[in-house]
Amino acid sequence: MPPLRRLWSGYGGYALGFLSLFLLWDLASRYLVGSVLFPPPGVVFAKAVTLLRTGVLLEHLAASLQRILAGFLVGSLLGIPIGLAMGSFRPVRKLLEPYTEFLRFIPSVAMITVAVIWFGIGEASKIFLIIYTTIFIVIINTAAGVSAIAPNKIRAAEALGATRAQIFLHVALPATVPYILTGMRLAMGNSFTTIVAAELIAANDGLGKMLWDGRLFMLVDDIFVSLVTLGLLGFTVDRIFRWSIYTFAGKYSPAT
Amino acid sequence: MALVAFHDVQKTYRSLQGADYTAVEHFDVAIEAGEFFCLLGPSGCGKTTVLKLLAGFEAPTAGQILMAGRPVTGASRDRGVVFQGDDSLYGWLTAVENVEFGLRMRGVQKTERRERAMRYLDLVGLTGQERKYPAELSGGMKQRIQLARALVNEPMMLLMDEPFAALDAQTRALMQGELAGIWQATRSTVLFITHDIDEAVTLGTRIGVMRAGPRSQVKGLVDVTLAGARSRTDDGFMRYYRQVHDMIRDEVAKSLARAS
Repeated sequence: MPPLRRLWSGYGGYALGFLSLFLLWDLASRYLVGSVLFPPPGVVFAKAVTLLRTGVLLEHLAASLQRILAGFLVGSLLGIPIGLAMGSFRPVRKLLEPYTEFLRFIPSVAMITVAVIWFGIGEASKIFLIIYTTIFIVIINTAAGVSAIAPNKIRAAEALGATRAQIFLHVALPATVPYILTGMRLAMGNSFTTIVAAELIAANDGLGKMLWDGRLFMLVDDIFVSLVTLGLLGFTVDRIFRWSIYTFAGKYSPAT
Repeated sequence: MALVAFHDVQKTYRSLQGADYTAVEHFDVAIEAGEFFCLLGPSGCGKTTVLKLLAGFEAPTAGQILMAGRPVTGASRDRGVVFQGDDSLYGWLTAVENVEFGLRMRGVQKTERRERAMRYLDLVGLTGQERKYPAELSGGMKQRIQLARALVNEPMMLLMDEPFAALDAQTRALMQGELAGIWQATRSTVLFITHDIDEAVTLGTRIGVMRAGPRSQVKGLVDVTLAGARSRTDDGFMRYYRQVHDMIRDEVAKSLARAS
């Protein structure tokens, strides 16, 4: 199938899927529930437009997104080299596995209290939590990617005269790219959970704070605007990731 | 002096359970420059171990392997390797980029390495496929990339580990014919691992028949002196086939008995 048509059929399907989602929501809200506690999509979108005009929504959105991106980038930039080292060198793996295997079972949500005590309710605590939730998934996926490299790929490079550094740069790294991207994609999903939870508990702005305020002041429409924004934001970011994995997968060996 | 000499080589694999496995023991063989040496043996006889040792991917437990008088201490571009499967190809590189890999690592200029890679792609019959990725090519074509990738590096010898075993019968016969043609043209030294008598007699100038493993050695050597194109229905070919077959028959039976 030509790429353009594939793109169209993919997006056409999405458009239809989203349309049916909002239609079902509308029907459920109007005829099934019929309560102000479950507003139909039209009301929520009208409210969203108002909040966009006043700049409130963008402010919260930007606050959350900034935290996610900062923590996610730092977490990935730290996680990738650590994962590469753990996958490449057995002593490093032995040394660091206790850390990764211990800490990854302590959910980031559980770390919120500690983060707030340590770093206060400002940016630092949020970014710390996003780094925390990102780094282990990226490390584990990267390390798994390195150990999944076929030994013959390394041997072939050796027999072609490549040095150890060249093998790392030209064989191990590109062969691991799909795994790294998959790890980052999973981490991005977790970052959304973490940021909302953190902002619910302690923040001055952000989509989680918007949810909390909505609960306090019984602004049900605001709550729904925040929820829909989270969904759309997550969907968009994940699409970008899937697209980049797909683009790489055509070139880099697909890691299905 | 032989180009390659195995002196009393032993390879023992340690297993975590403590049951060591000795693949080859007191293994001796010499390969002369310009030879197409086929190492033939039943499955599990340690022939791939011999290739890995000579390639330098693994070190012998005892004994010595000399190449051009110097001991083999690790992999080097003196010995180009063609693997059985396609997992040694780089899926993120095109056919021509795969072939260029060795030249690129050595810092050969882009235009020169492209020109050299294209020449070898042409030699293995892949002209017009150079921009495709390995995943877009058939099994036979992928083995051609491997062959071109090894040849363009101009190694002192070529090590081939059952390179056609995973191909269908027609493609295999075709590839054997082309490899024979390339060897006639280049006269490079080849160590070719196979379990197929027919393939060994078709390609080899000398055949080393291995005993069933473990603790395998070369049971006997057969010089194949068939001039020109080798036909499977030829009397001479049949004679060699029978001779090798008689040597290997008992070993295959032993190998099967041990496996069951």
